[in-house]
Amino acid sequence: MSDSKINMVAPPEGVVGEGFFATRLNDVVGLARANSLWPLPFATSCCGIEFMATMASHYDLARFGSERVSFSPRQADMLLVMGTISKKMAPILRQVYEQMAEPRWVIAVGACATSGGIFDTYSVLQGIDKVIPVDVYVPGCPPRPEQIVDGVMRLQELVKNESVRRRSSPEYQELLASYNIQ
Amino acid sequence: MALETTEIQEKLTTTFGSKVLEFKQDKDIFSFEVESDIITAVILYLKNDPTLRFNFLTDLCGVHYPDNEESKQFAIVYHLHNWIDNKRIRIKSFLNGSKPEIKTVSNIFLCANWMERETYDFYGINFIGHPQLKRILNMDEMTSFPLRKEFPMEDSGRTDKDDRYFGRTPSNC
Repeated sequence: MSDSKINMVAPPEGVVGEGFFATRLNDVVGLARANSLWPLPFATSCCGIEFMATMASHYDLARFGSERVSFSPRQADMLLVMGTISKKMAPILRQVYEQMAEPRWVIAVGACATSGGIFDTYSVLQGIDKVIPVDVYVPGCPPRPEQIVDGVMRLQELVKNESVRRRSSPEYQELLASYNIQ
Repeated sequence: MALETTEIQEKLTTTFGSKVLEFKQDKDIFSFEVESDIITAVILYLKNDPTLRFNFLTDLCGVHYPDNEESKQFAIVYHLHNWIDNKRIRIKSFLNGSKPEIKTVSNIFLCANWMERETYDFYGINFIGHPQLKRILNMDEMTSFPLRKEFPMEDSGRTDKDDRYFGRTPSNC
C-alpha cells in the first residue's frame, strides 16, 4: 500500500462471503446519498461568509462528499440557508426549494435563518421553517465553520438512516402539504 | 463666488412670496419650509435658475410627526446639492395627516422615482403623478406603513417567539 491518506467510508453491516456481500438496500442508498450531498448555498449575509470559509481549503467541506457546490437547485441535495431572510425573500426561497429534486434536505445556518435572530421585526421572516421544512438547525451568530461542518455531519446521519420509502410516505406528503408545497 | 444663503432666500421670497418660509441655518445646512402645493415649482426653480443651479437631489424622505396638528403630521424632506458652488440646502414640506399627498418630483429629478416609492412604502404618502407608485422594499402583500409612529413595535399576534424564554415582560420591552 502507498502512504496515501485517503479515508474510506466503512461499509454498512452485512453478510460477507466469498465473492458476495449482502446488506440492506436502505443502508447502501443512505451511504451513497450521505457521502455525496451536493450543497446549494442560499447566502444572504454574514453566515454566507462563514460558509465560504467552510468550503475553502482550511475546513474543506469536500472531505464530507460535498465537493461540488451546486448553484442550480435542480442538481442539489442540500439547501443551506444562511442569513436573514426577509418576508419579501420568502417566496423566492420557497421557489428555490420547490425546484430541488427529491430527495432534498435543508439546513438552516445561523440564528437568522432558524428564528429571525435579532431581527424581530415586521420585514423579517421569523425562521425559514415558516415557509419550508428544515432538517438541521445550526445555531450561532454567525456559526463558526466547525459548527457548519457539524451541521452537515448531523444531516449525513439523518440521510444515512432515512428510509428509501420516506419520500413517498403519507407522512412526508402531509408535511409538504402543511407547507402548501405541491 | 460662492452661493450665499441670503441670495437663495431673497430669490425664493421674491418669486414665491410667503409660501416659502421658516428660513434658518440649521447646524451646517440652510433649511426652509415650502407649502406642499408649490413644491414642484420651487424645486424646478431651484434647479433651472442660472445662479441657484441646484442640479442634484441628494435625498428625499418622509417624517411622521404624530403630535403635530392635523395639517402638519407628515413632512417630506428634500436635500438639494449645487455641484458647481458646492452648496447644499434642505427643504421641508408639511402634509395633512389624514390624506398625505404631494406632487411627484420624479419628472424633475429621475432619482426621485425610487425615493418616492420608498417614502410611499414606509409612510403611505401619495405622490401625485408618480409613474409607478408601489412598494419597493417591503413585500407587496403588506397593508400597513411601518415607519408611521402608530405602527406597533412588535406583532402582537406572533406565535414564533415566546416571551417567557426571552425574559421579556410588558414592563421591560
